[in-house]
Amino acid sequence: MIFELNEEQKLIRQTVREFAENEIKPSAAERDESESFDRALMYDKIGELGLAGIVFPEEYGGAGADYISYAIAVEELSRVCASTGVTLSAHLSLGANPIFLFGTEEQKKKFLTPLAEGTKLGAFALTETAAGSDAGGTKTTATRDADSWILNGTKIFCTNGGEAEINIVFARTDKNAQKHHGISAFIVEKDTPGFSFGKKESKMGIRSSPTRELVFDNCRIPADNLLGEEGSGFKVAMKTLDGGRIGIAAQALGIAQGAYDAALEYARERKQFEQPIASFQAIQFKLADMATEIEAARLLIYQAAYRASAGLPYGQHSAMAKMYASDVAMKVTTEAVQIHGGYGYTRDFPVERMMRDAKITQIYEGTNEIQRVVIGAAITR
Amino acid sequence: MNLDLNEEQKLIQQTAREFAEAELAPVAAQLDQGGDQQPFFDNLLKLAELGFMGLNVRETYGGAETGVVAFSVALTEIARAYASTAVTLSVNNMVCEVIQAVGNEEQRQKYIPRICSGEYLAGAFALTETGAGSDPAGMTTSAVRDGDDWLINGSKLFITSAPYAGVFVVWAITDKTAPKGKGISCFLVEANTPGLSIGKKEEKMGQHASATNELIFNDCRIPQNALMGKLNAGFRIAVGELAGGRIGIGSLALGVGLAAIDAATAYSLDRKQFGKRLADFQSTQWKIADTYTELEAARLLLMNAAYQKEQGRPFARAASMAKLFASETANRACYEALQIYGGYGYTQDFPVERYARDARITSIYEGTSEIQRLIIAREILAGFS
Ligand SMILES: Cc1cc2nc3c(=O)[nH]c(=O)nc-3n(C[C@H](O)[C@H](O)[C@H](O)COP(=O)(O)OP(=O)(O)OC[C@H]3O[C@@H](n4cnc5c(N)ncnc54)[C@H](O)[C@@H]3O)c2cc1C
Ligand SMILES: Cc1cc2nc3c(=O)[nH]c(=O)nc-3n(C[C@H](O)[C@H](O)[C@H](O)COP(=O)(O)OP(=O)(O)OC[C@H]3O[C@@H](n4cnc5c(N)ncnc54)[C@H](O)[C@@H]3O)c2cc1C
Repeated sequence: MIFELNEEQKLIRQTVREFAENEIKPSAAERDESESFDRALMYDKIGELGLAGIVFPEEYGGAGADYISYAIAVEELSRVCASTGVTLSAHLSLGANPIFLFGTEEQKKKFLTPLAEGTKLGAFALTETAAGSDAGGTKTTATRDADSWILNGTKIFCTNGGEAEINIVFARTDKNAQKHHGISAFIVEKDTPGFSFGKKESKMGIRSSPTRELVFDNCRIPADNLLGEEGSGFKVAMKTLDGGRIGIAAQALGIAQGAYDAALEYARERKQFEQPIASFQAIQFKLADMATEIEAARLLIYQAAYRASAGLPYGQHSAMAKMYASDVAMKVTTEAVQIHGGYGYTRDFPVERMMRDAKITQIYEGTNEIQRVVIGAAITR
Repeated sequence: MNLDLNEEQKLIQQTAREFAEAELAPVAAQLDQGGDQQPFFDNLLKLAELGFMGLNVRETYGGAETGVVAFSVALTEIARAYASTAVTLSVNNMVCEVIQAVGNEEQRQKYIPRICSGEYLAGAFALTETGAGSDPAGMTTSAVRDGDDWLINGSKLFITSAPYAGVFVVWAITDKTAPKGKGISCFLVEANTPGLSIGKKEEKMGQHASATNELIFNDCRIPQNALMGKLNAGFRIAVGELAGGRIGIGSLALGVGLAAIDAATAYSLDRKQFGKRLADFQSTQWKIADTYTELEAARLLLMNAAYQKEQGRPFARAASMAKLFASETANRACYEALQIYGGYGYTQDFPVERYARDARITSIYEGTSEIQRLIIAREILAGFS
């Protein structure tokens, strides 16, 4: 066991941190306030840095790096702006990775390459009004019509929705099959007739990341856009989410690290009762707990990432990492606000936003209850 | 022991609940999201007419004289619908009570009826400064004698209701040479006094309709009789009155926590996943069970503190315990409630995300949780030595 990043991983951290600090951080508060997605900044530049396809082989336009490097990139972006972090995570893990995992050679060339190169943005549309945790309840349909599939239905809560050129969409292709078996995955391009965008959510946090409804009204796509085998969509979704959870865990870690860094700096500077508040045991213990939990979360994430790159089973590990890191993010950001006192409740300090951002990490890509269902079932089997 | 509310207390609770449901809940989301703020002020006026601005204030001064328990239950009901209205009520009641407790007869008759009647939409409590939050005795705002007047210079931070308050209770240093906390006096400063200006409005995580502003005193001249209580004995007033205020903030926190978990519980009976209602999963049931248990404990701590105060007994420790526990519990309740709502809870289509943002400040203002623990521990330890 080597508990040290290799040179490549260190370099990625340094590069992404500099980029995040210099370019992403300055507008984070304003983008949160105005709920605006700045694609040139939050995606195009990330593509230029080679992050959009960081884990994919070079032959598909990727950087050929490992999952730890990917986790580091998402962490560093999220440390200053969780919306930018999730833009990359949803794009790479949810939009691009299923094509890498399940796509045909032709699909990889056509769709994965521009995603990995950062010229196109990806998204993943699984959730529906009545099918959230229970994704098997998907009602959107895809009906075969000669050389095409015709999609009908509505997806909600799609990250990068409305912005992404390439969307992974899940639809029921066999109404008679058992719940999980009749679903298939499709690649749907943005300007396809019959595909439109509905309501954009106003949210508590990650407000600069668009979350949107996708509407399919007799949307005709080529038969070639079926991703994986017909009827295997649920498996495609679950495998995709296994990887996605590394991204969300890293996002949570970044939020926690950002809040911790801010709280530590503040505690050392802020004086009450003629001393820095960092000298009070109450504050020191808070910081000690925060630092320890962040470290534990990071190790769980790196373990899941390591296993993903080493080709070992990692679903349970990424579930643990996502659940724990998101709980830590919530706790650490809450304490960071507390350490800032009344100032922490104001928009003058970033911890206010970080706390609002942290909450979603316990909910999306499988709520933490669903992670516990998954982990609990696996260990009691 | 009797754990029931009496008839009058029940009536006030009922009145508050009905008002909150009919008038406050419907406008809360709009007020939170920066829409037309007029309903917020209209509702303050209506609440004043109902007697809610001086619940523990004598009738002679226009108060309702219903006691502290009634104050607590009323505030909880108001906060169930909108925390910003509740905090305004809490501070207004606190300002009335401090004037009643330490003001002279002239001051009482002049200001309390105006707050109670709604002539002043609010009163404000101006203690905190940039460098003096948990440690208010570290303040630097000063009041200096100038002939028959006082001249105040300095600034106050985070003052609730500042832009629409008719009168400010202001603390300032009157003896720079005295040991810390011994040279502070308390003054009543009317809005629009020359030299007093309202500064920066804070952009906050929650409680958006309740304004939080800086106050700036620039050679602000106030008459001799604006001094409230004894010269250089002001710090004790602040400490004493904050204890009462804490019952208010704890009650507010309880209301927000209850609103959140009530909404989530109803939702869990409605929403189905995996062919079951969310309420059918043990995970959800445990969340509900723990949250209601903790909120019930918070309620009892609050009732106890209110009762002790009403009986005229020392209640600072009980108030700190109630505020600490209720505010921490309310925060947890809101986050569990949001979690029960899943992705929907994170959107502004449902009120839980607002409850969570509104609850967050309750463990910070009127003494952070750490300061409450300090007070509680200090008193317990003193009892042992
Ligand atoms: C900002 C945002 C971005 C999102 N991005 C995407 C995206 O890009 N693509 C996409 O497809 N989806 C996305 N989602 C959807 C997200 O993944 C779902 O919201 C999430 O899976 C939960 O589903 P739900 O909201 O329907 O909650 P529900 O499934 O209704 O869950 C409600 C509550 O019940 C609990 N619960 C449910 N089942 C059980 C059980 N068996 N045992 C115990 N407890 C249970 C849940 O944990 C939760 O606490 C996003 C959501 C948000 C808010
Ligand atoms: C929305 C809002 C409304 C407000 N309304 C009013 C108002 O109407 N009037 C008014 O006067 N003030 C008001 N305040 C101010 C509020 O009471 C203070 O913010 C609060 O007392 C904390 O002070 P601070 O913000 O300076 O934090 P600090 O005192 O700087 O505290 C920072 C952190 O250090 C901790 N800490 C400090 N001292 C110790 C110690 N000895 N031991 C352990 N930990 C310690 C604190 O608990 C906190 O976690 C308001 C604030 C807000 C945000």
